[in-house]
Amino acid sequence: MTNHYCDLKNADVILIMGSNAAEHHPIAFKWILRAKEQGATLIHVDPRFTRTSARCDFHVPLRSGTDIAFLGGMINYILEKNKYFKDYVVNYTNASFIVNSGFNFKDGLFSGYDAKNRKYDKSTWVFDADGGGIPQRDTSLTHPRSVFQLLKKHYSRYTLDKVSSITGVSQENLLKVYEIYASTGAPDKAGTECYALGWTHHTVGSQNIRTMSIIQLLLGNMGIAGGGINALRGEPNVQGSTDHAILYNVLPGYLKTPSSSLGTLDGYLKKYTPVSKDPQSANYYSNYPKFFVSFLKSLWEGKATKGNEFGYHWLPKIEEGKHYSTMHMFDRMYEDKIKGLFVIGANTAVSTPNSNKVRKALQNLDWMVGENIFNNETHEFWRAPDVDPAKIKTECFLLPAAASMEKEGSQSNSGRWVQWKYKAAEAPGDAIPVGEIEIKIMKAVKELYEKEGGPNAEAIVNLKWDYLDDKGSFDVMKVAKQINGVFLEDTVIEDKAKGTSTVFKKGQLVPGFGNLQVDGKTACGNWVISGSYTADGINKMQSRGKEDPTGLGLFPNWSYAWPVNRRILYNRASCDINGKPYNPKRNILEWKGDKWVGDVPDGPWPPMANKAQGKYPFIMQKDGLGALFGPGMVEGPFPEHYEPLESPLESNPMSSQRINPAAEIFNSEMDKVASASEEFPYVCTTYSCTEHWCSGALTRWQAWLLEAMPELYVEIGEELAKHLKIKNGQRVKVVSARGEAPCVAMVTKRFKPFQVEGKTVHQVGMPFNYGWLYPKDGGDSTNVLTPTVGDANTFCPEYKAFMVNVAKL
Amino acid sequence: MQITRRGFLSLSGAVGGGVALSSLGLNLNPTRAHADELGKMNRIKVARQVTTICCYCSVGCGLVCSVDKATGKIFNIEGDADHPINEGSLCAKGAGFFDLTEANKHRLTKVLYRKPYGTEWEEKDWDFALSRIARLIKDTRDKDFVKRNSKGELVNRCESIGHYGSSNVDNEECWLITVKSRALGLVYVDHQARV
Amino acid sequence: MSKPELVKLIDTTLCTACRGCQVACKQWNEMPGLRTKQFGSYQNPPDLQWNTWTLIRFQEYEDAQGNFDWIFRKDGCMHCTDAACVKVCPSGSLYYTPMKTVGLDHDKCIGCKECVAACPFHIPKYDERTDKVYKCDLCYTRIRESLAPACVKSCPTGALTIGNKDEMIKKAYARVAQLGGDANVYGDKFVGGTHVLYVLKHKPEVYEELPASPKVPLSVIVWKDLLKPLSLVAAGAAAAGVFLHYITHGPKTPGPEGQDKKGEE
Repeated sequence: MTNHYCDLKNADVILIMGSNAAEHHPIAFKWILRAKEQGATLIHVDPRFTRTSARCDFHVPLRSGTDIAFLGGMINYILEKNKYFKDYVVNYTNASFIVNSGFNFKDGLFSGYDAKNRKYDKSTWVFDADGGGIPQRDTSLTHPRSVFQLLKKHYSRYTLDKVSSITGVSQENLLKVYEIYASTGAPDKAGTECYALGWTHHTVGSQNIRTMSIIQLLLGNMGIAGGGINALRGEPNVQGSTDHAILYNVLPGYLKTPSSSLGTLDGYLKKYTPVSKDPQSANYYSNYPKFFVSFLKSLWEGKATKGNEFGYHWLPKIEEGKHYSTMHMFDRMYEDKIKGLFVIGANTAVSTPNSNKVRKALQNLDWMVGENIFNNETHEFWRAPDVDPAKIKTECFLLPAAASMEKEGSQSNSGRWVQWKYKAAEAPGDAIPVGEIEIKIMKAVKELYEKEGGPNAEAIVNLKWDYLDDKGSFDVMKVAKQINGVFLEDTVIEDKAKGTSTVFKKGQLVPGFGNLQVDGKTACGNWVISGSYTADGINKMQSRGKEDPTGLGLFPNWSYAWPVNRRILYNRASCDINGKPYNPKRNILEWKGDKWVGDVPDGPWPPMANKAQGKYPFIMQKDGLGALFGPGMVEGPFPEHYEPLESPLESNPMSSQRINPAAEIFNSEMDKVASASEEFPYVCTTYSCTEHWCSGALTRWQAWLLEAMPELYVEIGEELAKHLKIKNGQRVKVVSARGEAPCVAMVTKRFKPFQVEGKTVHQVGMPFNYGWLYPKDGGDSTNVLTPTVGDANTFCPEYKAFMVNVAKL
Repeated sequence: MQITRRGFLSLSGAVGGGVALSSLGLNLNPTRAHADELGKMNRIKVARQVTTICCYCSVGCGLVCSVDKATGKIFNIEGDADHPINEGSLCAKGAGFFDLTEANKHRLTKVLYRKPYGTEWEEKDWDFALSRIARLIKDTRDKDFVKRNSKGELVNRCESIGHYGSSNVDNEECWLITVKSRALGLVYVDHQARV
Repeated sequence: MSKPELVKLIDTTLCTACRGCQVACKQWNEMPGLRTKQFGSYQNPPDLQWNTWTLIRFQEYEDAQGNFDWIFRKDGCMHCTDAACVKVCPSGSLYYTPMKTVGLDHDKCIGCKECVAACPFHIPKYDERTDKVYKCDLCYTRIRESLAPACVKSCPTGALTIGNKDEMIKKAYARVAQLGGDANVYGDKFVGGTHVLYVLKHKPEVYEELPASPKVPLSVIVWKDLLKPLSLVAAGAAAAGVFLHYITHGPKTPGPEGQDKKGEE
């Protein structure tokens, strides 16, 4: 989230699209309803009428997988009707930049496409620079190659007719949403968007979100109270687990994983440290080397020296251009190339797409180590239905873990609040915290390498790994401090701007990432969290102050929000170029005399009207401005509609590129695909419910919750049910090209057929919370149906749109 | 009379009251005495109140665990009324948080081991598991370790061990997982952020 | 300190059916969850039952003009002022608390099920295993400490609130005025006024399992006002229950299925 949960109350319009907030974030919905109480309009755009729709002002059904078309039409509306916030667009976005003359877009493809490798050469997706290397600008926004004009041209193709025909949304409904949402382009209005897995679970997931980001920039909704773009994430610490990079492509704090061609630390730092020639761009990532070296020091402290490039080569390097996400992992395991697997607090045999393939792949493992508080279908894959345990070679461990309230530590919510939890009771039996299990496993491995040696043993034997206390238990504070950062030597920090000089002693905690050093004097496990402690060791994550000086729900003294306790990201954009709030009624920040007052600003510099010292507001962007043109994406700088891998249409109404041209295709014999096929005529989408959580691995074991939602079901509209002669409560099976899921039919008025490209398209939906292990009669995973394909940037699987048939059992 | 949503944090220690040892722990037997039902509040007043954060979605609601001082067991969990986000309220999952404690008979309490081609789990101790797991990790890593790729570039990676999870553990645990994975040279490292 | 009359207000137009209340009730009151079946609805258990004192009812409703509403209604004891269950209870198990809500002392319940038959809202539920009746007591143990009942505390959206009777009635009518249309207050006009009020968006007859004009059954009035005073003089409370059953339904014959299932999970 750019903003945070309590801030939702400050919005004038809330667009909930790609989310079922009332069901999956019920307490977020309390803040959404608080906005409604104050007069806000709530809009729900979703294929299905849900508990969220029931409490919104209106619900607009759209066909799964057509969000970019819907939002592209909104961009077109905003630009055509001049509803954008001109002052903001000119000053705070790259609308005025001039794009390279080689850039073009034709029939669904941007310049530079390599069809064989399904990849783009992005060399034309760049801006023209002046002699000093600063991007050229046309602040009149009329230059034909300005970002603004290119944007306008691109989305002029998303006419009401076209969008309505693709999405199945009536033109009346499209206009209703466009008009209301575009009304937040006024300086004193705030519009926010809540999304969740309904946007990420597509082959165009990242671009769904980017399309909305473009809208938010056009309307001046970024950086303001009641605005922003808000991912309501699905797991308790998924913000933290992402920040801490349990991911192949990044290291803690979103530092990039080194790749094979980056043979030296200098080469690596050069590649990832952006350079801006514009004196008004803060280009905060110019500090990248400090963050990276401090991370290396946090792993190997004294053993990481300038002489050995701070241990850079001990880190694994991924192969250039190759990906290692979950889907890739199971594809490779299916090919019998992965022999060992850790599964921690997860149930991947239920939650990963094409679970039949996943379950087959697991049988190739020599060993699997599980850590959990309950058993689940992954840990018991060796005795799943139709599996003969006597034929499965895998050596399996299932280690008992402490539950959340049985251990101390911090958890980060979607609003980036890092909140401290306390231990209420001992874990039962032999259970211990996952952290302690991990420390002990690695300690045992380390001892083996110390004794026996092995390849790249330095990475292991040199590792700082002293996180058990005197009693041999998990010392969580020690880890938390290592993450925050510590001075490894006496260090003098000079602040030239303020003219101050501060001495920090060896062993003192780093009070914030601004103090991290590039020469190895500091260790910091994750720079974005640095500042969660004071230099004197006060843990700010434990703060429980309820003061709310702005009255806007920032709660600056409750827990610790990264970065630097900033509650609303890009908050300098809430003010005009002189630092005066665009909306004085929702003043989160204001330049008063010589300083910012309010939320923690995005940097101390004066507002940008001060040409000498002022900075642009989007300090993490190289050019300091919001990116309407986003060359970072793999499938193009402007989002474009493509059909899902499996769709009811034979072709894409927008172009001859049916699917995302950059999406990776998996080709194992178990990866069958059936698009626009008579055999699988209905669109299917999957989701959770309020009463269960994710794969149900925690909630199915709880009688109160299981009682409320006992069994797998498929929601079918009355029209389709009538056509298939299916009655409510009857047992049916849902079948895709990859598997079938028997379940109970829930016939409902809440799914209506869509009119798409002149034909009637039915959509059904199923929860993904069930598995064969428990309860025995509750149905199995819905993911036996879903395809192994995902977003081209992030590899989030396409769980939200694929094709099925439904038949009576 | 003003009914409040206030939490037990402010109630705690306010009023003394006897703790009936016989009524500790959750009693799902509906035949318990009426007096015990009414006595629950007295037990809460003398309990240790410990705050925690919900472990389901990412809203980060606060909860208060009431812990019996005599047994160290949690016997009630409800919303933290002082928490600025949920203000004491909870959804179905949060309201049922108690059922994640050891009161849930399905909780794992022992190290379980399934030998190759085995048909059942066996209970083992930590020493067995840790030394065996370390051995398996080292053998697999050493056998398949990729020092240099086909171009001869130094890559120091292990492609034959995967890691999955978790967004459902604490930050400090996530960081340890990340560091352990990197030190081992793993590249197939992922978790629920993508699902 | 004298205890005032309390009223819980259920504003159905704010409910998101998150079912925090349904589970919070079980958590606080230590009632188990039982195995259910998916029968084509989000609603489960299908009805209030001995272990489920508060239940969110889900109803897909389309009016004559084709306007759709997914109705969520929290069902549970209405805590009547003129409570049929208290009137018929021969053992004193059901009683009025000082806050005028209806409490239930399980120790005294003899399982005669008279309250089950008498309640115009079909609230009390009998459990064969324990041979007792169960229902919401508005978390008596909490409200007497000035703490909100578990359901109210858990409610995220303000659909459930509790307070002094007069204030809550005022609040209910203010909300109805704001909503307009068919919105109405349900509960203050019958059985002496209930201590649970609804703000309904539609007319009461739209809602499943909600009597449009609930009444204390005639047989209960006959018993309570004419016969009970006499019988209690003549017989002990338990015997009176049998007597009541006799005059309203004929002789009590314990069902064999009830006996057989005792002690099962």
